[in-house]
Amino acid sequence: MDSSQLLGITTFTYLFSTLLYAFLLVFKTPRLGHIATYFTAAAFLIQTAGIALRWVESYQMGIGHAPLTNMYESVVFFAWTIIAFYLAIEWIYKTRIIGAFAVPLAFFAMAYASFSSNISKSISPLVPALQSNWLIAHVITCFVGYAAFAVAAALGIMYLMKSRTQPAPTPLIKQPDLLPSLSFIDDLIHKTMIFGFIWLSAGIITGAIWANSAWGTYWSWDPKETWSLITWFFYAITLHARYTRGWSGKKIALLALIGFISVLFTYYGVNFLLSGLHSYGSGS
Amino acid sequence: MKLINQLWAFFASVQLAIFTLGSIALTSIIGTIIPQGKPNDFYVDYFDAKTAIFLQILDIPTMYSSWWFYGLLGLLCTNLIICSLERLPAVWRIITADNLAIPLERIEKMNSLRQWSLRTEEVDSIDWQETLKSGGWRCETRKLGDSSLSFSQKGRWSRLGVYIVHTSILVIFFGAIIGYFFGFKGSVMIPELRSTEKIFTNPGSIPIELGFTIRCNSFGLEFYDNGMPKEYNSSLTILENGKEILNEIIKVNSPLTYKGITFYQSSYQGHQEFLIEITEASTGESRQFSLPFQQQISWDDKNLRFGIINVEAVGQRVLRSKVWFKAGDDPAITQWLTNNEIVSFTSVEKKYSLKSKQLYSTGLQVAKDPGVWIVYFGCGLLLLGLYMAFFLSHKRIWLYQQVTAKGMLISLAGSANKNKLAFVQAFTRLEGFVDQTIRRYNNKNP
Ligand code: HEM
Repeated sequence: MDSSQLLGITTFTYLFSTLLYAFLLVFKTPRLGHIATYFTAAAFLIQTAGIALRWVESYQMGIGHAPLTNMYESVVFFAWTIIAFYLAIEWIYKTRIIGAFAVPLAFFAMAYASFSSNISKSISPLVPALQSNWLIAHVITCFVGYAAFAVAAALGIMYLMKSRTQPAPTPLIKQPDLLPSLSFIDDLIHKTMIFGFIWLSAGIITGAIWANSAWGTYWSWDPKETWSLITWFFYAITLHARYTRGWSGKKIALLALIGFISVLFTYYGVNFLLSGLHSYGSGS
Repeated sequence: MKLINQLWAFFASVQLAIFTLGSIALTSIIGTIIPQGKPNDFYVDYFDAKTAIFLQILDIPTMYSSWWFYGLLGLLCTNLIICSLERLPAVWRIITADNLAIPLERIEKMNSLRQWSLRTEEVDSIDWQETLKSGGWRCETRKLGDSSLSFSQKGRWSRLGVYIVHTSILVIFFGAIIGYFFGFKGSVMIPELRSTEKIFTNPGSIPIELGFTIRCNSFGLEFYDNGMPKEYNSSLTILENGKEILNEIIKVNSPLTYKGITFYQSSYQGHQEFLIEITEASTGESRQFSLPFQQQISWDDKNLRFGIINVEAVGQRVLRSKVWFKAGDDPAITQWLTNNEIVSFTSVEKKYSLKSKQLYSTGLQVAKDPGVWIVYFGCGLLLLGLYMAFFLSHKRIWLYQQVTAKGMLISLAGSANKNKLAFVQAFTRLEGFVDQTIRRYNNKNP
């Protein structure tokens, strides 16, 4: 058993989790919920083992480094943090159905990492610039933030869906409704965005410290840096709009979605569409 | 006066903040799409002559240091300062308020409120301070005639969190400005065994005197088996007035700082030149020579002649070199050597060992930035402020005991400025403690 097999299995178990949660959402069978949770947790453990094993393998190859240094590894870690974050929310708030929106994101990430021809899966040694603990801190903090924003976007979709399918305030026959109340989702979107904002701030800061120790410039307006700042500003605007202008509901849900698009562009689009210092993240 | 008030209100407004932050974010996109800092010809080729002129007029090729971008950043700072000045006094009043002077009718209007009636006339027999303390709330109490009011609060300083965040942005800008005016960025290439007193700014290539000498003793290069670079390092020496002050080996990600100037390993260059070190075995006498490819050089005292006559290279990197060596009238010897491999030659009279390597220049990035610690301090403040603003809240509770016609009315009330759910839980817990105290009192005084 090697790490790529474990991570391959992970991809399929996340697909299955997604289907379980989707089933739960469509057929409103709460008993399935436990199974979905256990299954997702098991998939998460498999993935954790896969990442750990990849780490060990890099040491066996004599080029040991944390598995956080190229596009493949970062996408896998992204999926891992999304699930970790989602499971924590499920644990804290005792609501399962969010999984129908959050788990597919992890599945897509894993599927992309596994099947895209753009991404090399091999464990490669680190060029000198990447041999830094600040880099590890930078990647972890950024991706915890990205995962939170991903879940916020998932919640945003959930909010928009629910607010559309709820035209009659008092339906004659009360359907069991598994989705939490709109105000609950709204509050949770806000909380996850705040959480993501703090981690993104820490991510930008650790990135700046890394750049300063490697090149003597903590900020050089390269496209990746600039896009992370744009994303950061976007969420800062959203927080202000909510806190001081009282925006909530659909507007914030929509902003959570747009914000995540900006995250994706920062993370992924910049590497392939624009050029800059972070070219290590690209395919080769 | 009216105009000034209007201006003040404009600069204090959150609308302006949203506009400015949005403008910075949107205009920043331009610079990520249009390559920055290229010569004008580049833009003429990339677009066309007319567009290039248009871009130059708007400073797009260097937009992050253009007047209008600095203007937006300045607007952001002004907005932050005035907004904070506008709001801070009120926040300060809340933090330092005498909460025992609260208008009593407000207590009954709070979101969290619970009241108990007691049939008793002994007003002083319950120690509310003790009750609240067992619930984790330290309080002060004030007598108001027959009645008494207790108050306790937690996390009042968390109200400053937002202002710490806003100030941290200003601190970061301040650090960047200090770096801009009192620092420089530059680079220099130093061949092995050579030294330099000056470096060249980036951009602009203006020479800057370091005020000391820096020498490159050697440059090292390591590769992984698959050919990827593993490590670049340079052994550097700082000299002042010809005296060695400091020896250090730098690598990518671990620079050397001296007198506020930091040297970063950034690049290298391999030359068509070699360093040959020859040691006489019997005396241990040793000398180092630098010589161009395919050129003969001699150590006259010892009557030795030598040179590099052939190389095996990948790009500019020499893997092996073929040495030609002749001692006195002995027949010449040739031998392939890898970098730093030691080989011994025996002539009739003496034994020599020889080491050869390609000559490199180390490429150093040089920076002086006295503002960087201010920037880091600002970053720390930013995280601290965010933590305070988001995870801490200001929680206040009052316990009001008043005498009524029937006996006594106890009111427990409170509020929090954030995270109301958690406060409701804490409040419910506290209700339990008050309940207990009242039950105990009723049992003792049936
Ligand atoms: C990059 C710039 C900025 C950042 C990172 C930032 C960050 C924050 C944060 C984290 C909060 C707390 C929001 C919450 O509790 O949900 C906040 C609140 C606030 N911000 Fe900003 N801010 C920035 C710029 C500005 C500017 C330019 C203004 C100018 C008007 C401003 C005005 C305010 C106000 C009025 C509040 C509410 C404070 C209160 O009443 O508690 N912010 N800001």
